[in-house]
Amino acid sequence: MIAHPKRIDSIKFGLLSPKEIRKMSVTKIITPDTYDDDGFPIEMGLMDQRLGVIDPGLRCKTCGGRPGECPGHFGHIELVAPVVHVGYARLIRKILRSVCRSCKRVLLEKKDQDHFSAQIKEHQREGQPIDEILKEVFKRAMAVNVCPHCGEEQLKIFFESPTTYEEGEHKLMPADIRARLEQIPDKDLPVIGINPKQVRPEWMILTVLPVPPVTARPSITLESGQRSEDDLTHKLVDIIRINQRFQENREAGAPQLIIEDLWELLQYHVTTYIDNEVSGIPPARHRSGRPLKTLSQRLKGKEGRFRGSLSGKRVNFSARTVISPDPNLSINEVGIPQRIAEEMTITENVTDRNFKAMVELIKRGRNYPSANYVRRLDGKRVKVTSTNFEELAEQLQVGWKIERQLRDGDIVLFNRQPSLHRMSIMAHRVRVMPGKTFRLNPAVCPPYNADFDGDEMNLHVLQNEEARAEARILMDVEENILSPRFGGPVIGGIHDHISGLYLLTRSGTRFDENDVLELLRHSRITDLIEPSFGEGDKPYWSGKDIFSMILPEGFNATFEAEICHNCEVCLKERCEHDAYVVIENGRLLRGTIDERAIGAFKGKIIDRITKEYGPDRARRFIDDATSLAIRAITRLGFSFGIDDEDIPPSAQKQIQASIIATEEQVAQLVDAYDNNELEPLPGRSVEETLELRIMQELGRVRDAAGAIAGEYLGMDNTAVAMALSGARGSMMNLTQMAGCVGQQSVRGARITRGYEGRTLPHFERGDLGAAAHGFVKSSYKKGLSPTEFFFHAIGGREGLVDTAVRTSQSGYFQRRLINALQDIEVKYDGTVRETRGMIVQFEYGEDGVDPSRGDYGKSINIDRIIELATCGDD
Amino acid sequence: MKKGVTLLDHEMVPKHEILSEDEEKAVLKKYKAFKSQFPKIKCNDPIAREIGAKVGQIIKITRDSKTAGKSVAYRVVIDQ
Repeated sequence: MIAHPKRIDSIKFGLLSPKEIRKMSVTKIITPDTYDDDGFPIEMGLMDQRLGVIDPGLRCKTCGGRPGECPGHFGHIELVAPVVHVGYARLIRKILRSVCRSCKRVLLEKKDQDHFSAQIKEHQREGQPIDEILKEVFKRAMAVNVCPHCGEEQLKIFFESPTTYEEGEHKLMPADIRARLEQIPDKDLPVIGINPKQVRPEWMILTVLPVPPVTARPSITLESGQRSEDDLTHKLVDIIRINQRFQENREAGAPQLIIEDLWELLQYHVTTYIDNEVSGIPPARHRSGRPLKTLSQRLKGKEGRFRGSLSGKRVNFSARTVISPDPNLSINEVGIPQRIAEEMTITENVTDRNFKAMVELIKRGRNYPSANYVRRLDGKRVKVTSTNFEELAEQLQVGWKIERQLRDGDIVLFNRQPSLHRMSIMAHRVRVMPGKTFRLNPAVCPPYNADFDGDEMNLHVLQNEEARAEARILMDVEENILSPRFGGPVIGGIHDHISGLYLLTRSGTRFDENDVLELLRHSRITDLIEPSFGEGDKPYWSGKDIFSMILPEGFNATFEAEICHNCEVCLKERCEHDAYVVIENGRLLRGTIDERAIGAFKGKIIDRITKEYGPDRARRFIDDATSLAIRAITRLGFSFGIDDEDIPPSAQKQIQASIIATEEQVAQLVDAYDNNELEPLPGRSVEETLELRIMQELGRVRDAAGAIAGEYLGMDNTAVAMALSGARGSMMNLTQMAGCVGQQSVRGARITRGYEGRTLPHFERGDLGAAAHGFVKSSYKKGLSPTEFFFHAIGGREGLVDTAVRTSQSGYFQRRLINALQDIEVKYDGTVRETRGMIVQFEYGEDGVDPSRGDYGKSINIDRIIELATCGDD
Repeated sequence: MKKGVTLLDHEMVPKHEILSEDEEKAVLKKYKAFKSQFPKIKCNDPIAREIGAKVGQIIKITRDSKTAGKSVAYRVVIDQ
């Protein structure tokens, strides 16, 4: 039998009535003082012992609980005169304006009121929001000038933030307002959205103020022995003082003016007690000048109770610092500054098996690696200091626990926000190193979406064996090489890794034994494979040979590289561009290694090794490939500069000529349009046709410029090599640098906004030409003209706005999805269920396959299996 | 009441069958679940009426699936 947890049926929100406030109160509070001269809480004061206890050793006078057990109890203050609750000030205004000043009925005709009431009832029954209807009700009622019930003319009610109401010339005191609200009949309340069984509108005017328990506003004792009270207590003291003064003055028969002043002062204090950031009044301040943090401020905003204490909290055993790259680390390692390792601890039980090691550890005193604390059998925690460590080492016995410092090999969780997918938190092994940053292998940047322009990351130290085991099995970096999103690798070579292996494995490379050993230094290769060629008796290896040495034994793969030209007839093994990769029996025979082979998202080799040789071998391969790549690129040399975009003057002339020709063509199109000779395209107006044709022409000329520039920039150009091998950048970037930047657009169309009939005063009104609407014919290298620069900025700004909007929208969408789906899980029987055991899917994904264990969305790759099976037979 | 065409003839409508009592028991046992934990279908749903399902019965739905070829789901017929 499955126990069904109780479900929340509904939640009711309402107002506290004065009666209820008195009922839940354990004492009336009358004295503004907190403690007497002996430091003892004054009875019926703000620190009354019936309100709960915070001082150790005392017991609560209400429930008898000790601090920590007693939840605290409310008290109350009887306000001498009623005051407005700021939180309801605007609602009170709305109600005052829509209720008759004489008969106190809602200012609606009977048939309207019935109509709205029915509508509200219907919506509530269906669980629909009633906000829209209420808006309409208030709009109608507030517009009425003469009461339809008693014929009384209505006066205008002015409201001044936060709590002042005037009717005509006459000021409405809270007592008047309360009296008026009291008289609204119950039957009129539903139409203004109030359920009379729960709430009476006069409760929005406070006559009794609840006093929160002391546990909600604990005072702290400073080192000097002086007590420092919470902001709320300070505010309550103010309220009681004024309340008292008010009463004294009224009893003494003080003039109306003074009474009104005091009333306003009481209103001010109660208002700021509730919300100290209301507009219209100065915030209440602490003696030091700091604004007080009152009720609203405790809840609101990022550091408020909701976002700061409930949705997110600060945790122990965590560290945060800037990240920087270290290609010599394994992908499942993380470099940790010694300062952090000294601070963070792992609790270890002292047993007879580790006793000696633990004693040795304590004996090291304050020298890393050591222990920070020991916990004795009696549960007492003792800090290991430079004075007591020898003593502690001597006392140490089995059963103690020691909090030892972090050291190499410990398993920790590493995280970068925003944590959008599960690869945003992975388990790494610690490597303590000098410096102040976390170090990580750049190959794990893609899943974290990290770079090193100042990114910071968080680290969490696991505190028990179960957590460590779970992390090792589920969260290790190598277990997350394959993404559950598409069943392919998300960890792999980036940037220089790709350039490096591309340079290395291109045909025509030759290395002697020394070079080979140097390149493979970091990998644990024990034997070099047969050299491809020799000169005399000196053996030489090709780059392909070197790469082959880090491949797993017996590995086979055939695929087209990123540099593939997509020729019409693929020559396969005889590819002219060396873009057809053939790996047989762990040896790279043909083809160049690039993004398609070892890239983070496209890497075929990484994908195959992970799926066929397991995550551990894949990790080793990625480690070897990345460090080989870095050594190769350092050794072979790789640079990129502005003169890499130099193209001969003849080519520049050619580009100029084609741009001029296109501009003429555009002018011709415009002429044809002016003379009404332009044939509209099907389904388009003439204007649209013109725009389309112009965009087409200008797009073509940019590509043409790129093609001309490209002719002079071959694969020996580092920028081209990077773009084509997939390391960084694209041919489009190169086109814009060397050829022509091209048309700038806003919302997919040419730029048309600006002045009347023109984009900028530099052009004639109605100019439809290329330059007047954002065509940039210069290249980035040549430099943009002022108008071009301006258009470029317009286009660039749109891109920035788009990204900002997209991230915020997709972030909110993801949050809602996560909140909706967070409790759903795949059970061991393969069904998908939520917390009550309700079945969502009978078989996860209908086929029960974990996408990260499948092959690019399919459960198995038949072709690959056949390939593997037949390969062995050959 | 014989109709020339039934809802089940439509190519977008998957196969719906009413389970016998024995089958019901087997399914509930297989998923170790109560009927209340199953997905639901109203008894006045066109397809439920078409196959004459009564409240409390379980309908077996066999659909074509992109990932698995064929996939089976069950629904308990409920009131209203």
